[in-house]
Amino acid sequence: MSKKEWPLWEVFIRSKQGLSHKHAGSLRAADAEMAINNARDVYTRRSEGVSIWVVESDKVTASDPSEAGPLFEPSNSKAYRHPTFYEVPEGVKHM
Amino acid sequence: MKEQNIEELERQFQEKIDNEIKIEPKDWMPDAYRETLIRQISQHAHSEIVGQLPEGNWVTRAPNLRRKAVLLAKIQDEAGHGLYLYSAVETLGADREETIDDLHSGKAKYSSIFNYPSLTWADMGMIGWLVDGAAIMNQVPLCRCSYGPYARAMVRVCKEESFHQRQGYEIVAKLANGTPEQKEMAQESLNRWWWPALMMFGPSDADSKHTEQSMKWKIKRHTNDELRQMFVDVTVPQAEHIGLKVPDNDLKFNEETGHYDFGEINWDEFWQVVKGYGPCNKERVDARRKAKEEGMWIREAANAYAEKRAKRNKKAS
Amino acid sequence: MTEKEALFEYLLRRADDSLILGHRLSEWCGHGPILEEDIALTNLALDLIGQATEWYQYAAQVEDKGRDEDDLAFMRIEREYKNVLLVEQTNGDFGKTIVRQFLFDHFQNLLFERLMESKDEQIAAIAAKSIKEVRYHLKHSSEWVIRLGDGTEESHNRVQESLTDLSRFIDELFYQDEVDEQLIKAGIACDTSSFEKEYRNNIQAVIDEATLALPEKQWQLDGGRKGVHSEHLGYLLTELQYMQRTYPGMEW
Repeated sequence: MSKKEWPLWEVFIRSKQGLSHKHAGSLRAADAEMAINNARDVYTRRSEGVSIWVVESDKVTASDPSEAGPLFEPSNSKAYRHPTFYEVPEGVKHM
Repeated sequence: MKEQNIEELERQFQEKIDNEIKIEPKDWMPDAYRETLIRQISQHAHSEIVGQLPEGNWVTRAPNLRRKAVLLAKIQDEAGHGLYLYSAVETLGADREETIDDLHSGKAKYSSIFNYPSLTWADMGMIGWLVDGAAIMNQVPLCRCSYGPYARAMVRVCKEESFHQRQGYEIVAKLANGTPEQKEMAQESLNRWWWPALMMFGPSDADSKHTEQSMKWKIKRHTNDELRQMFVDVTVPQAEHIGLKVPDNDLKFNEETGHYDFGEINWDEFWQVVKGYGPCNKERVDARRKAKEEGMWIREAANAYAEKRAKRNKKAS
Repeated sequence: MTEKEALFEYLLRRADDSLILGHRLSEWCGHGPILEEDIALTNLALDLIGQATEWYQYAAQVEDKGRDEDDLAFMRIEREYKNVLLVEQTNGDFGKTIVRQFLFDHFQNLLFERLMESKDEQIAAIAAKSIKEVRYHLKHSSEWVIRLGDGTEESHNRVQESLTDLSRFIDELFYQDEVDEQLIKAGIACDTSSFEKEYRNNIQAVIDEATLALPEKQWQLDGGRKGVHSEHLGYLLTELQYMQRTYPGMEW
């Protein structure tokens, strides 16, 4: 207890109904209620949000940047996953 | 790690920077890059926080309800901006409270403009117009800084600060168009703030020890002197527009260069204030230290309560 | 007293409560004990000053003597301010600021809940807009009372001392006189005695959870609604009115 700092929290804000929560930043708070209150005061001063998620930063697991190659590059060569890969005869509609 | 490895990593790192690819927290970066960023971003954060004080000095004396609300909202933004920046520092592995302790011990610096006193209501206008104006000059290029979290924080800060300079200019313009007493108040304030505002851009390029490396790393996009010139060029016509005189007898528009020539800055004063001998250095740091010390029991209480509650919840489940 | 005079007086009481408490909170700006809490306290101050502005605007309109909201906020003498004594009490430490806020928030919440039903449309509209702010204030201050009360021994003792000190001002929140009586009859104001019990239950629940205790019935102070204040208000007004007094009649 005592001199230790309040934990760091990551803040996610839904800017309006229908959109997903997006990372807004971080802040410090002793507990989850305080984190929500602080997120409201710090990150929604200009009506930026309709909903807030807070997650303790040390609960987030991130991918390792040095593995970015094996993780993400293999999908670059799979253009067949995108609609523009395919030829559609001219004049065909609604596709 | 082997030496060649580091060289190779440094080469890849610089290549990313040269290709305008942002560096993110967990990416490899040279220690010196990390240290430079920690120093610069925390200094920037401290400036926001200490910057609350000269304006806070007039919150309780604001002349009407509208000005009072605007001033409060502006100072609050500064606290928010300090917070965004401390968050960016923390992504580099630095601890917020430790960087704040460095401020309190005098080890870390902040913008020396805030070591000048705010003596009249006109100073609230001058701080918004000149000080925030100068800050914006510095901050807009930082939105493209190579370090992702810093750049993102700056995008937010710049967006929110767009009202700060305007409200300051509005205060000054109102005074300049007011009674003779009010106009005098505005001019007197401009006389005090003009030179310190020019000093905000830091030492001239010849004396700036960090500029070259920071430009190469794209932490900085313009030199101090370039930014200072841009500031003078846009601000002088704004002063003239409301009939105020910039206190510089050497100030003159240079048709050839298309820029204003201006007088010599008093660098002795600049270095003295940076070293801690400005009119308010002691008051500013004391005020911040006091706030932190008086917050200790509150931090501890909130921690203790959170722990107790976590235990109770565990028992219950 | 005409109904118009009573209404003007009633509106000033609402406005002055918000202004003076907002002013007190604004003194924290830049000095808050924790950065996040500095921002939170400023939000409270902004809400309260916004409420005060709306009450003063309506009061000025009711009075109809050419004064505006700033004249009312800045240019009266001390005896003409009608806020309760609680809100002018000095900030003290953060715990005292929170307890003052807590005692006031619970009152304002129940008051505005009823004023939303006022037959006076403007009062109902201001109350309806403000109550959302007040509900947040109440959540914020109540949570902090619990954290500090049930935190460490030091925080418990500090906040208990503030609660003991400030509980002398609770009864005054429910003060009523001919101003209220006249407007209650007209369906404009609400009878504060109708929610006093609810108020006491609400604050007691939080105080219990915070492991704190209200002192045994203490001698209660009042006078604010009649303009008889504590010594603290004069100094507050000296700062608040500085510019308007030094440079009379100028625009800013």
